[in-house]
Amino acid sequence: MAARVLVGVKRVIDYAVKIRVKPDNTGVVTDGVKHSMNPFCEIAVEEAVRLKEKKLVKEVVAVSCGPQQVQETIRTALAMGADRGIHVEVSGKDYDSLGPLQVSKILAALAKKEEASLIILGKQAIDDDCNQTGQMTAALLDWPQGTFASEVAVEGDKLKVIREVDGGLETIKINLPAVVTADLRLNTPRYATLPNIMKAKKKKITNVKPGDLGVDLTSRLEVLRVDEPPQRQAGVKVETVEDLVGKLKEAGRI
Amino acid sequence: MAIFERFTRLKSASRFLQYTTALCPAHSWAPTRGPLLRPAGWIQHRCVHGERSEASSAAPPRRPFSQVTPADLDFFRQLLPGRAITDPDVLESSNVDWLKSVKGNSEVLLRPKTTDEVSRILSYCNQRNLAVSPQGGNTGLVGGSVPVFDEIILSTALMNQILTFDSISGILTCQAGCVLESLSQYLEEQDFIMPLDLGAKGSCHIGGNVSTNAGGLRLLRYGSLRGTVLGLEVVLADGRVLNCLATLRKDNTGYDLKQLFIGSEGTLGVITAVSILCPRKPKSVNVAFLGCSSFQNLLETFQACRGMLGEILSAFEFLDASCMNLLEKHLKLTNPITESPFYIVIETAGSNAAHDEEKLHNFLEKVMTSSLVTDGTVATEEAKIKALWSMRERITEALRHDGYTYKYDISLSVEKIYDLVTHMRERLGDRAQNVVGYGHIGDGNLHLNITSPSKDPALLAAIEPYVYEWTSQYQGSISAEHGLGLKKRNYIYYSKTPEAVTLMGNIKAMLDPKGILNPYKTLPDDIC
Repeated sequence: MAARVLVGVKRVIDYAVKIRVKPDNTGVVTDGVKHSMNPFCEIAVEEAVRLKEKKLVKEVVAVSCGPQQVQETIRTALAMGADRGIHVEVSGKDYDSLGPLQVSKILAALAKKEEASLIILGKQAIDDDCNQTGQMTAALLDWPQGTFASEVAVEGDKLKVIREVDGGLETIKINLPAVVTADLRLNTPRYATLPNIMKAKKKKITNVKPGDLGVDLTSRLEVLRVDEPPQRQAGVKVETVEDLVGKLKEAGRI
Repeated sequence: MAIFERFTRLKSASRFLQYTTALCPAHSWAPTRGPLLRPAGWIQHRCVHGERSEASSAAPPRRPFSQVTPADLDFFRQLLPGRAITDPDVLESSNVDWLKSVKGNSEVLLRPKTTDEVSRILSYCNQRNLAVSPQGGNTGLVGGSVPVFDEIILSTALMNQILTFDSISGILTCQAGCVLESLSQYLEEQDFIMPLDLGAKGSCHIGGNVSTNAGGLRLLRYGSLRGTVLGLEVVLADGRVLNCLATLRKDNTGYDLKQLFIGSEGTLGVITAVSILCPRKPKSVNVAFLGCSSFQNLLETFQACRGMLGEILSAFEFLDASCMNLLEKHLKLTNPITESPFYIVIETAGSNAAHDEEKLHNFLEKVMTSSLVTDGTVATEEAKIKALWSMRERITEALRHDGYTYKYDISLSVEKIYDLVTHMRERLGDRAQNVVGYGHIGDGNLHLNITSPSKDPALLAAIEPYVYEWTSQYQGSISAEHGLGLKKRNYIYYSKTPEAVTLMGNIKAMLDPKGILNPYKTLPDDIC
């Protein structure tokens, strides 16, 4: 069956951290802030490792794009059961403007280079909420896509994907090679246990530059300004119905 | 001989007496050993004359306090408009403790906002000889936070203002009704944390924590409230306000009065404000959840931990396989690692993530390769840290779902701790549904819990006072951090000498001559 699965993992600000906007409104404070693997990427890694455990896949390769620190994220994927990692080095201004278009170009190039037949990604990242990388990667490779997957099953050389959509659940069958993006209910990611954490230290992470893959990182987007959402106004408690009517009239509601 | 005289006179307790005397074979009658072992010798004496043992934790008869009259209610309503509550539905939850094990019959709940209001309430109650039961978050586990009869409930719920915070010294002053978690959240914004943390943090009030000298998960690192509380404002039984709310790290001017009130469980005064020294928020927190195949391995892991993680270690807790079963069964939590007889939760807190991770990984490699630890997982992300901590923090909740719980909070020397659990399991056999052990092993504190489908007096008789005697035999404390409250007041003699208890009575009589503050609690019935 599919020999190699590529799993994209993104290093994002930990979802439990309180986000602060930089004083110059150019972005969000990231220095000294706790980062971790995007929760949907964790689900993607878990799914890939489960496929390997079921012997439906031979090798799981974890990929991340960014500066030196993303190696931690790749190590976490290795501790969960990925076989090796690829660190695509992107830093400085290029990293600030790195978005789904650039990442999907990188992933498409890597998929060809590594001869992967399945790419599993998180459905979206919790920092930008773009929900575009999976779809763009499929388009660049001209591969079918199964997005918002809540269940994935291998049926011969096809993939049955149950997707979570607004109206309910949609079941589709797609040919391999394909791109799948993981939704929340696909699985519950395992804890990386100590023996695996120890093993992961010895697994290989190769460094690659975007230039080596022939990818141009220029962004077509420019962030103009980042602001906090407006503060929620406190409510007012009233004692009687007359007060309520009075206040509604004051506010011009009635 | 004396034993047989007692035997015939106390027929109802005779079965129990036979039982208790048979239990103390290890004690010698004659105090041939030195004064240090005298408490154990004294216990022997107590067993024989323990006619009150069977009903020890039950409430004594109501003392002749006044009863609340309409005139009293008028006074309270005038003093606290809208905050003098007599609605039985609202009173219901304040009359029952968190464990739903004791219930009072108070008809009045007062919610003052200021120290002045508390002073006036107590002054009035003292004159009228009305008993008062101070109440914080009502999360206590020994029945000390709810009335026994019709004592007026004095709640700190509306005294929740933070007064000052100095970000250089880290000293926080606040009213006694501030919820611990709210204080933690406030401090986190300023890059500090509270020096204590417990499972009840979402509900408990800092005043209650101080009144009970709460221990918790961080005691190992930051010490007890006796060290971190710098000052208190207390209202005495007659309404006098004692202002010892210093914010000084060092102040050796006279007797340290605040130490009297810390841990006095609301019986010497009502704490209305606290000043506390807060540590800096650690930059890097890691939690490791490990599995050990034996208690001996657990102890050796603790030693290795102390050696290799020493200065960054901030918590060392343990739980046994029975606890894990309850967590899985009642709360549907998943075991993060493979099943083991014992589990350890280790937390490190330090100022440099890279250094701490290196220390932690070296430690983990050592304990894994030497097989002291059979499996484990590590977390650095907040969400995962919370998930791992919940395996330890939610055990109390899981126990509550398992039926009626008999809780014991024992301090023992670390090597002996689990012996009590295995001993009780053997002893109780099928009579108990579950016997579990968990706790702050780093502090030598075991939480022994036994469950049965419903309250079972025969089971209780098999547990108490045996568990206290066993503890006393090994020079342990029968209440490490929970306090005595209502349920354990009469067992104080297992851990304190009669002279000490008599002096406690003297102090109580001096500060609260009418005995209106939280009566029937903390001090034994023969003293009050």
